[in-house]
Formats: sequence, structure tokens, C-alpha cells
Amino acid sequence: MAKAAAKRGPRGKSTPAASSEELLHHYREMLLIRRFEEKAGQLYGMGLIGGFCHLYIGQEAVVVGAQAAIGPEDSVLTSYRDHGHMLATGMDPRGVMAELTGRIDGYSKGKGGSMHMFSREKNFYGGHGIVGAQVPIGTGIAFAYKYRGLNNVCLTYFGDGASNQGQVYESFNMAALWKLPVIYIIENNKYGMGTAVERSSANAELCQRGRAYGIPGESVDGMDVQAMKAATEKAVAHSRAGKGPFILEAMTYRYRGHSMSDPAKYRSKEEVQKVRSERDPIDHLRALLLEGGHADEDALKKIDRAVKDIVADAAEFAQNSPEPDPSELWTDVLVEA
Amino acid sequence: MPIEILMPALSPTMTEGTLAKWLKNEGDAVVAGDVIAEIETDKATMEVEAVDEGILGKILVPGGTEGVKVNQPIALLLEEGEDKSAPAAARPTAKPGVPAAESVAATARAVMAAPAAAAAVAAEHEWTGPTKTLTVREALRDAMAEEMRRDDSVYLMGEEVAQYQGAYKVSQGLLDEFGDRRVIDTPITEHGFSGLAVGAAFNGLRPIVEFMTFNFAMQAIDHIINSAAKTLYMSGGQMGCPIVFRGPNGAASRVAAQHSQCYASWYAHCPGLKVVAPWSAADAKGLLKSAIRDPNPVIFLENELLYGQSSEVPDDADWTVPLGKAKIVRPGKDITILAFSIMVGKALDAAEALAAEGIDAEVIDLRTLRPLDTRTILDSVRKTNRVVSVEEGWPYAGIGAELSAVIMEQAFDWLDAPVARVSGVDVPLPYAANLERLALPQAQHIVEAAKAACYRS
Ligand SMILES: Cc1ncc(C[n+]2csc(CCOP(=O)(O)OP(=O)(O)O)c2C)c(N)n1
Ligand SMILES: [Mg+2]
Repeated sequence: MAKAAAKRGPRGKSTPAASSEELLHHYREMLLIRRFEEKAGQLYGMGLIGGFCHLYIGQEAVVVGAQAAIGPEDSVLTSYRDHGHMLATGMDPRGVMAELTGRIDGYSKGKGGSMHMFSREKNFYGGHGIVGAQVPIGTGIAFAYKYRGLNNVCLTYFGDGASNQGQVYESFNMAALWKLPVIYIIENNKYGMGTAVERSSANAELCQRGRAYGIPGESVDGMDVQAMKAATEKAVAHSRAGKGPFILEAMTYRYRGHSMSDPAKYRSKEEVQKVRSERDPIDHLRALLLEGGHADEDALKKIDRAVKDIVADAAEFAQNSPEPDPSELWTDVLVEA
Repeated sequence: MPIEILMPALSPTMTEGTLAKWLKNEGDAVVAGDVIAEIETDKATMEVEAVDEGILGKILVPGGTEGVKVNQPIALLLEEGEDKSAPAAARPTAKPGVPAAESVAATARAVMAAPAAAAAVAAEHEWTGPTKTLTVREALRDAMAEEMRRDDSVYLMGEEVAQYQGAYKVSQGLLDEFGDRRVIDTPITEHGFSGLAVGAAFNGLRPIVEFMTFNFAMQAIDHIINSAAKTLYMSGGQMGCPIVFRGPNGAASRVAAQHSQCYASWYAHCPGLKVVAPWSAADAKGLLKSAIRDPNPVIFLENELLYGQSSEVPDDADWTVPLGKAKIVRPGKDITILAFSIMVGKALDAAEALAAEGIDAEVIDLRTLRPLDTRTILDSVRKTNRVVSVEEGWPYAGIGAELSAVIMEQAFDWLDAPVARVSGVDVPLPYAANLERLALPQAQHIVEAAKAACYRS
């Protein structure tokens, strides 16, 4: 299945030969993430979601495009900014939202929260709160694929800020040394909290960070879902052919603050507004769908409404699901042999 | 129906704030994502974005209002053609995030119930079959080899484990038998290969990670605790992590402070881990086999000075020692000496010296530090009424501190003397031979502590 997925779709970003069906699927997936995140922000505002909550709004094309290039047996993991990745892997919006509200029907029974969710079924491996820690873990998931003789790959996402962590380079070295099927996707959204990339990185061209290890890297327009898909297909083909890791630097942008309590003083409103109006991945695809005759306004409105309903249902579910029973405090500390 | 826009909480601690100003007027059309107002919180000024689209029908709280409570309606949003006088949609009621008093009480009961829930583990059965004389080093190697023969998902990785045959020769011969797919020399990159092994464990393998010594595992402790120990819980039981982190722990000989530290209490502190520290060759083998088979992360603390010591080991690939079970290595009736790893030998020496003075000491090898075999400890204390705990590590928040607390809480009425602690001296380990000796617990210290607890001097 994974291989079939890798074959369809465009090879280069200038030849978008994608089917209407596929483009509409991208549109729906991106919109689902956007609406889901807006709703999460709203529930946070109502005190129904607590703690840290990092929204993915603006970055939707990265994960939707990359996901379209892998199959269901491949795996995905990322940082705490993980809601979009989970929805893209096909995890149930109800279960994700119920985890955000800390309820028993959440993916982690309410014990993980926004930053820590997992799904064995969908091969989603978290949800990691320590900046950069998911990078060796993803490398190890790829190690296990190779060890077990499987031809799967692991998409390991991390931020521009995380790309300065030492363990990232320890991972690059081992992945290249042992030719592990891992694709590192650096989501360069220009900031690690309040620090712009140029203020943290001696060389801000992050796709080149694998050069010392001979790992090929490419910069991709992370606001263009088709470009993301094409680049990921290329990287996946490289890894599946046994050539080891690949680095993609997705140039993207987060519209919201780092987390819900970020007043975002480190950038101007104009900067945010400019990206929103000129580079928005959903608007971009919407225009393409209409101009290319893939869909008319009515068809898109239908999708909008369907997505809205899914999100409203998830929010309703997440508020009605009970809090975990106090006895859950003691479960899942150890696997009982 | 109009939708109520509520005063949002914009930080985890906000309960009310100032609605500084409106950026949209009544009658304006808004779409999701539009900034509609500015709010001043306890920390900063923040923007409020619309979540739904519609017409800003009515502003209920004017700009400049202070002390607006979180979740209070501040405006009405109308759908196209809707009238602002229509009744507002019932807004979802926020369930309290704070548990009600009765559930707090239930929680407290659950907390109390936990220690008892740690059910007693049965000891290994008495071995009457053939035995072999093995060093601890050989016993550890045999344990790994047998488990690797038994299960292809078990593999060994670490610095110098393959071609060099182990920095301390514990993995001697494994590369020859299992090849470089399963016996893997890593770069010197503890943080990275520990995280990698955790990922491999999540994805179906059972890694054995050898640290050249546990001193270097400090570089990897984030993955050991945050990734290996906590993920099962954070995933609601989905992500088990069957992995063994092993290597020499504690002082070796004259290698000074950075290479001589006992990490027993560091790891024993953490839920989600099991912590093992064997003394005899038989236990080293039987416990390592159990650790490899265990579905949880296990910290396996060895000791370089014990690698060369020999004892009789059951000669059977199916023989294991359960985790979580202490062993009485010398029965006695006057005082209980609790020790683990290299200190068991010192405790036995001390017991001999005490016997010469008419004190019959019982020596217990704890073997597993987490979960602790409190039953064996408490049974002994109720018999002898006096206790000395012995460890090589520092006293502050050490294993002895935990043992003292457990005994005080659960056997207070049986104690005839305060629990005595013998530990390493509270300093970084010095290099000079005489100072190093002074800094580490010796049999004589145990004898003195035991005599004091028996009110003999
Ligand atoms: C090791 C570590 N240091 C610091 C933090 C606090 N922190 C959380 S997110 C973050 C910024 C990370 O930025 P980036 O990697 O660019 O990811 P983004 O948030 O932009 O998705 C920081 C400093 C942390 N969680 N872990
Ligand atoms: Mg960033």
C-alpha cells in the first residue's frame, strides 16, 4: 500500500498533474486541521483545555503534503505541536479533542494532554515535549524497520529551534552511518518561541545541516501542499531504496503565538498579516481548485460545512466525555508482565 | 441562532482580564481568524480571534472594561440574515477542571492503596540441579547470549561492545555468535543512541543498551526518564518500552569523581523504571535474563570490581531470578543489614566480625531497588528489631533514606533503635588512595553502626 501511494502524484512541483480527487482531499485535510485548531483555541479560552497548547495554524500544508507521500505502515512522530500531525495520520478528531480536554476518551485517557498523544493503530509515535527528543526516537523507529527487514520509513518532524539540539546531530550521524530509512522534516516556521532563526542559527539554511554526514537535503515551500508531497515522495523513494536518511526543510509560518499564552511581541502584525494574505496554504489551494475547474464554490462550501460538523462533533464529544476515574492515576505506570 | 463570544482565557493562570478595545464594530462581518478585540491579561496584551464566521451583532462588554471574568459573554455573532434579538445558542458549559471534594477523597484513598498493591513476588525456586562456577562477567555474557538465542528482537548496542568485545569484556564472543546486525558498536553518542534504542523498543525490538559506565548515562538520562519511563503512562498504556540499560555503576578504583558515582537513588526515584543491582554471579545472570524479558525499562546496575568474582550459577538456560525479590544471604536474629551490589560483600564481612562479638546479623541483598521487596525487609525487621542500611552512594536522599522512611512508616513499633545508615561520604570521590578509602563504606563502618544500634560499643 505504501508503495502504491508513493507512485501516484506529481514528481516535481512545477508539474501539478494531481487529480481533482487528490486535491480536494488535501483541501479537506488542511481545512480540518485549521478548523480543529481554531476550535481548540476556543476551548482553551473557555478553560476546557489547560496547560500548554501549541496550535498548528498556518503550517497545515507541510503535514498534509508529506502524509500523502507515505503509506499506513509508515510512521510519524513530532514535537508538542502535534494536533495537525495526528489528524493527518487519520487519528479520530474526537479522541484528539478529548485528550485536549483531559477526558477518559482521549487517546491517552487524559494522561498525556495536548503534547503527548500516540496511536499504535495509526503508527503515530507522539507527541514529545522535550525539544529535539523525538529525533533520535524517530531514528530508532527507522532502525527497528531495518532490523526487522521491513521497507517502511519514519517521518520525523522537528522545528527550526530544535535543529540546534546536539541530539539531532547524533541522530544524523547514526542514521547516515547505518543507512536508516528516516526522513527528517524540519518545519522552519521562522521562530523557536520568540527567537528568529537568524538569531539562533549560525547558518540558517537548515536543509544543509546534514552535509557533514552526507545526508541530502532540500528546501521546500511548506505553504504549498503539492510541493510538500512531491518533495516527500522523492525523499521516501531515496530511503526505501536503502540509501538512508533525507532532510526536508519545509519553509512555513505559524500564525498564532508559540503557545496560547504568547503575546508575540517578537514580530509585527504586518509580518503575520502579509503571510496570511499572500501565502496561506488553504487559500492558495482553494484558488487553484476553482481556477483549475476541479471544484466549484458549492462543492467547496459542502466540504467546509462537513469539516465544521466534524469539528463541532469532536468538541461536543470532548466536553461530554467524563474525566478519568481516580483509579486511572495508578494504571499504565508499568506493563504488568 | 446567534453565537455567544465568550471572554477567553489566554494563559493557564488567567481568571479575569481587561477587555482593552474592540477592533470590529457592531455590524462588521468577520471570518474565522479575524482579530476582533484586544485583551489585557495578567501577563500581556493579547489578541482575540474569531472562531466562527458571521456578523458581529452586538457588543455586550464595551472596550475598556476591567475585571471581565473568563467565559463571560462579551458579544453576539449572527449568521447572515439573523436578528440580534434572537435567543443566543446555549454555550457549552465548562466542566470544572478541579476535582470535586469527593473525588479528591477518592484519590487520596487510591494514593494510600498503592503501596499495598505492590503484590509480593515469589522468589526463584531453590536450585538443586547442576551448577557452573562463573565470574559475574561470564554470567552477564551468558544471560545476554541465552536471551539473544531465544528471541531475535533482543540486540545489544553500545560503545566497544562488538569488535573490542566490551570495554570490560562483558560482551566477549557475542559478535562472533550473533553478527553485527545484533551486536552493534555505536559512536560515542550516549544521548543519541539511548533515544534511538527507545524508538527501537517502541517499534518492536528489545534493546540492551550498554553504557561503558553509568557515569556517561547522565548524557542520556533525559531519554531514560522522559522517553523510556514516562511514555507508557503518557500514552494511556499504548507505548510499552521493553529495554535494558546496563553497565558498571559506582566507584571503580582510583578513577576520581567523574568516573565514580552510584546512581541507584537517581533511577530508583522514578516511576516507570525498574532498578536492579545484583551482587552474586547467579543473581547477575538470573536477574539480567528477567530484565531482558521484562516489558518495561530496566536499569541494570553492575559493578566493575565485581566482574571478576566467581560463584556457583545454575546451569540451565531457563533459570531466572524474579525482579522485585530480595534475598536473605545470611540469616541472623539480632540485627538486619540491608545492602546491594558490592556492599553485600562488605556486609557479609561485617556480619562475620559481629558474630565474633556475639551479634548474629541477618544480611539481606536487596537485588532489586525498584520495586522494593518491602515484605522481606519488614519481616526481617520485625524479627531483629534493629537495622543498618548500607550503600556506596551519597546519604542525602539516598536509598538508605528511603529504607529508613519505609521501616519507620511500616514497622515503627518493632524498632528498638533508630535505623542506622552507612553510606559514601557526602563529597565527590577523591583520587588519593587514602582519601578514596575514607570516602567509601568499609566493613568496619558497618560493624560500628551495627554495634551502636545494638547499644554495644
Ligand atoms: C530541551 C527543551 N528546552 C526548552 C524547551 C522549551 N521550549 C518549548 S518549545 C520551544 C521552542 C522550539 O521551537 P521550534 O523547534 O522552532 O518549534 P516550534 O515551536 O516553532 O514548532 C522551547 C524553547 C523544551 N520544551 N525542551
Ligand atoms: Mg519554529
